[in-house]
Amino acid sequence: MAYDLSFAREVYKNSEMGHWIKMCMQCGVCAGSCPLGPHWEHSPRQLFQMVRAGKKEEVLKSSSMWMCTSCYNCIVRCPRHLPITHIVHGLARYAMEQGMANPQQPTHRFASKVFWENIVATGRVGEAGLTMKLYFLDGLGAGIRMGLEMKDVALGMVKTGRLNPIPFRGKIKGYAGFQAMLQKAAAIESKHKEAKA
Amino acid sequence: MEKKIGCYICKGCGIGDNLDVGALESVARKDQKIPVVRNHEFLCGSEGLELIRKDMESEGVNALVIAGCSPRAKVDEFRLGAALMDRVNLREQVLWVQPVAEGDDTAEEDRQMAAVDYLAMGCVKVKKMDAPIPFEDPGFSKDILVVGGGVAGLTAAKNIADTGYKVVLVEKSDDLGGMLSRMHKVSPTKPPYKDPEENPIAGLIAAVKGNGAIKIHTGATIKKTAGAPGLFDITIVKGGKESTERVGAIVVATGFGLYDAGKLPAQLGHGSSPDVITSLQFEEMAKAGKIVRPSDGQPAKRVAFSLCAGQRSTEHLEYCSGACCVYSLKQALYVKEQYADASTYLIYQEVRTPGQMEDFYRKVQDEGGVFIKGDVTQVAKGAGGGLSVEVNDKLLRGKEKLEVDLLVLAVGMTPSLDTVDPNKASPVGAGEFDYTKSVLNLDYRQGPSLPELKWGFPDSHFICFPYETRRTGIYVAGPARRPMGIAASVSDATGAALKAIQVVESVARGAAVHPRAGDLSYPSFRKEGCTQCKRCTEECPFGAINEDDKGNPLFNPTRCRRCGTCMGACPQKIISFANYSVDMIGSMLKEVEVPEEDEEKPRILIFACENDAYPAMDQMAQNRAKISPYVRVIPLRCMGSMNLVWVADAMSSGYDGVLLMGCRHGDQYQCHNVRGSALAEIRLSKVSETLDRLQLESARVRMVEVNIMDADKLPEVINGFVDDIMEFDPNPYKAF
Amino acid sequence: MKEYTFYPGCSSEKGASAANMENSVHAMCQMLGIKLHEIDDWNCCSASIGYAGGGELPRMALSARNFALAKKQFGNRDLVATCAACWLGMRETHERLEEDQQVKADLNEALQAAGLSYDGGIKTRHMVEVLIEDFGFDALKAKVTKPLTGIKVAGYVGCQTNRPFGVAGDNFENPQYLDKMTEACGATAVPFEKKVACCGGALAFSENEKSCALIRDILQSAVDNGADVISTPCPVCQLNVEVYQDKVNKMFGTRFRIPVVYYSQLFVLAWGGGWQKAALHQQVVPADVLKKFA
Repeated sequence: MAYDLSFAREVYKNSEMGHWIKMCMQCGVCAGSCPLGPHWEHSPRQLFQMVRAGKKEEVLKSSSMWMCTSCYNCIVRCPRHLPITHIVHGLARYAMEQGMANPQQPTHRFASKVFWENIVATGRVGEAGLTMKLYFLDGLGAGIRMGLEMKDVALGMVKTGRLNPIPFRGKIKGYAGFQAMLQKAAAIESKHKEAKA
Repeated sequence: MEKKIGCYICKGCGIGDNLDVGALESVARKDQKIPVVRNHEFLCGSEGLELIRKDMESEGVNALVIAGCSPRAKVDEFRLGAALMDRVNLREQVLWVQPVAEGDDTAEEDRQMAAVDYLAMGCVKVKKMDAPIPFEDPGFSKDILVVGGGVAGLTAAKNIADTGYKVVLVEKSDDLGGMLSRMHKVSPTKPPYKDPEENPIAGLIAAVKGNGAIKIHTGATIKKTAGAPGLFDITIVKGGKESTERVGAIVVATGFGLYDAGKLPAQLGHGSSPDVITSLQFEEMAKAGKIVRPSDGQPAKRVAFSLCAGQRSTEHLEYCSGACCVYSLKQALYVKEQYADASTYLIYQEVRTPGQMEDFYRKVQDEGGVFIKGDVTQVAKGAGGGLSVEVNDKLLRGKEKLEVDLLVLAVGMTPSLDTVDPNKASPVGAGEFDYTKSVLNLDYRQGPSLPELKWGFPDSHFICFPYETRRTGIYVAGPARRPMGIAASVSDATGAALKAIQVVESVARGAAVHPRAGDLSYPSFRKEGCTQCKRCTEECPFGAINEDDKGNPLFNPTRCRRCGTCMGACPQKIISFANYSVDMIGSMLKEVEVPEEDEEKPRILIFACENDAYPAMDQMAQNRAKISPYVRVIPLRCMGSMNLVWVADAMSSGYDGVLLMGCRHGDQYQCHNVRGSALAEIRLSKVSETLDRLQLESARVRMVEVNIMDADKLPEVINGFVDDIMEFDPNPYKAF
Repeated sequence: MKEYTFYPGCSSEKGASAANMENSVHAMCQMLGIKLHEIDDWNCCSASIGYAGGGELPRMALSARNFALAKKQFGNRDLVATCAACWLGMRETHERLEEDQQVKADLNEALQAAGLSYDGGIKTRHMVEVLIEDFGFDALKAKVTKPLTGIKVAGYVGCQTNRPFGVAGDNFENPQYLDKMTEACGATAVPFEKKVACCGGALAFSENEKSCALIRDILQSAVDNGADVISTPCPVCQLNVEVYQDKVNKMFGTRFRIPVVYYSQLFVLAWGGGWQKAALHQQVVPADVLKKFA
């Protein structure tokens, strides 16, 4: 049974900028403007209609949302001014919250496991650590292979003073407050979501 | 009235520098025997005009030949109150299209010859014209009949009455209000265009009922419409009793029918369940405040709307009704109005939101309405009562099933007027026709119904005169004219009201309404010469001519649009206007000096219709296009007035070729008199017989369709024709 | 001397991947008369990739903390960022908290846990906006002592300085500002079709091959239009288009080896600052064609 609106209403309430999905008029300019367009399993336009059609699993399990590079091309061309980049990121995040994001999806892994954990560890990005964590995500073998492939680049960057090879870095001074702030923000967000349910 | 002609030649705009004005004056004075002949450096200026006025006051000049710029220029300046006037187009027609290089004597000679010919033609024209005497009748009425008491009819009636005219309103049902009375609300008419508005019909009905200038007949129909604009005699039947009214113009606003839902494609499910209803049924449900499933009375919170039901299809209605997308948006909001947790689905082909209705579309989306592009392919019983509607979903590229309580089919609007294919107009008089089948039941020789354009809707010249029908003084407004929504109907009715007022006022002065606005002339015929061939009565595009029992034509001057189609049709040449006749044009063309064969200067005659062709020629001249010096142009009111005798006259006068330039005809016609251009083409096909008799090539006479925007193509058309003609031997009749 | 609050962003830290931008920007500011006051103890803004780990509110809180610190340290002075993603993300967060009272309240509640607060008032600007709006192309041109004559530059504007906000009212589909900067330096701006095409951004990390296909198109377009050098205002673009040229060559059989520099490096060089100050010694693909202006 299609087009049961309960999933759509869930997304309107709980996903970032999700309520904007109501306004899409299915013109497809977003799909045509996306630089990685052909790699999306379902284009942004299709995702929005699938949300309306109640296809929860297909949407949230899809790798599509993770293809967004944040180039904002869709946003400036959308005739209805939908904040598509944010809607799509919002769906990706919502998929994570619902436990439906594919844990092996590369950008999902990079964004949530590698990048976010890196910055909350100290308050700023540790580039060498970030790169190493990314390469070794799939184990020692994969890490070494990637390292070898990029070694010239890495060396070049170290030589030109653009890569600090030491993978550890210090925390920001106000780290405790920083951490507390993030935790508090997460708590407030959860509270809002419960209230809306 | 004793005619005294004054001929005035303007030397401005380069005319004086490039033409031998003295020689032209001589032509006027000596050859044409014009008593008063003058020239001026700048005729349209105050001094020049004063010169003419003085002659009119003190010299008794009452007919003018003004040689200078195009008759389409300086119109206000040369409106001097003369009973007769012709404007000889020396500037656009000669000067601007015949450039003469320094020292080119031949070209200069050719140009002067053209100027002389045009001046001579102008003088002859004025000599042959008489001042038209306006048609008067003591029985003229300025009252206006409005047929139909729906929103369009009521709007027209109210506007007409508010402007100071009396209205007779005839409505066939017992109540006023029409379809709009059955509506709950209407789509928004003011910013921010987001919410349905209160139905305005009650206020409109009250306003009309309370207006003393509007006489209302409800439960009434029209048995007969006889007469003509200004003089319509309407026979009204109410409850078996007849009464008559005399009115000056008619506005027909009979609204629309709805496509029979029983004829809809089976896949839309109509008839398979009581929960599949039409948009009108849903509207009435909403009006009663009870949006429920007809099958079991349960609340209908999930409603699907199938747009374009039985429309835009070769098997049902071929057209789009233009209003269903918008009223479906409104109806989706009705569901939300009644149930806060409603789910509404609009299944569409396209979403058409004219005017400001895009904002209304956004409102429905903002309220959670879901739009699905696709077709309903099957309707079955749903789980838990209700329906399972299968849709061929083009957005998701597959079949999807929706569970809903109601499926509303947006059916299309159908014509409400009787119309007839104009190519098959039957000459059945009133009385033999079942009048209950016709709204107006016209007592016209060409039949009781209005000619059709397409799909059963009445013909109008959709580019120039949209409210018009092919019966002068009768205007159709609202969905009776073509499918439209409420806001469009109100504006349509207002326009038609204005036109109806224009008719009664113009007729009272004896003037035509359009396209020849203000024209006081009308056709008269010399009865003795009539052979009752019936060509005029049948060919008149406006059914202006009735017939007596002997088959002689009976002219109705106020029905006439003064196009002259009858004049062109008459093989006996007995029809003419006071200021436009077969003899006048014939004399003009004969006045041209056709050179001898050995001079090798052919003459090509061009008849140009004044509506599109002549303006295009002026435009071409403004672009300084170079045109052959051998052409001579005579403007006609309409190609329909083209009488074949002029072709014979031209050939026997030694012209080498004749070119007819009329407006486009056919399905996408632009002819301002509907059929004039087409008739000329048909008549031309018969002229080859004449030409054969004269032993001339039939290709010497050609007709082309010209659009007012064809100025850039015209030079090639004209010069190309001249080249083609020059391939032939010179007309052997030149010597005679 | 014009003064601004400064947010460098993680890639502009000492010895980090945009060190060449950071160093050349500082030289540029010194030569132009700009004093930058770096926010003390700023944190990462999470650029465009914070949505997964950081959801909505925690992600915005990152920028909010930077605003709170900026206000505490420097008041309502304009905040300048050199990184396109930092600028975009911070500006978006600021607009959200200005338009939505609930968001403002929530962010302040979170900031309170760090002993901070922020009620708005700071304007977020990108360095190129400062150059164009506060100085103007004529002023930038006036400082040129070594015009980069004959150098053909493909001004790769990319995505995030251009969309969704745009720089100095430029057109989204064909922004002109970077080309005008090129011309102010005395070099020749070549038009190229991929001027505003995405390089893959953060996905160069996670979906490297897809990103390399995009980078290849950008390189090809620049080279096809005769560029000697590609210039850019964004650190991730500079990094991606520069360091993956070998991989692109391997994947597609091409032979790209074109230097990718920052607008700030071109300015410093054209203003006579020399090789070191322009941080041109920090290029991974050497910018040999610019050596003569050193």
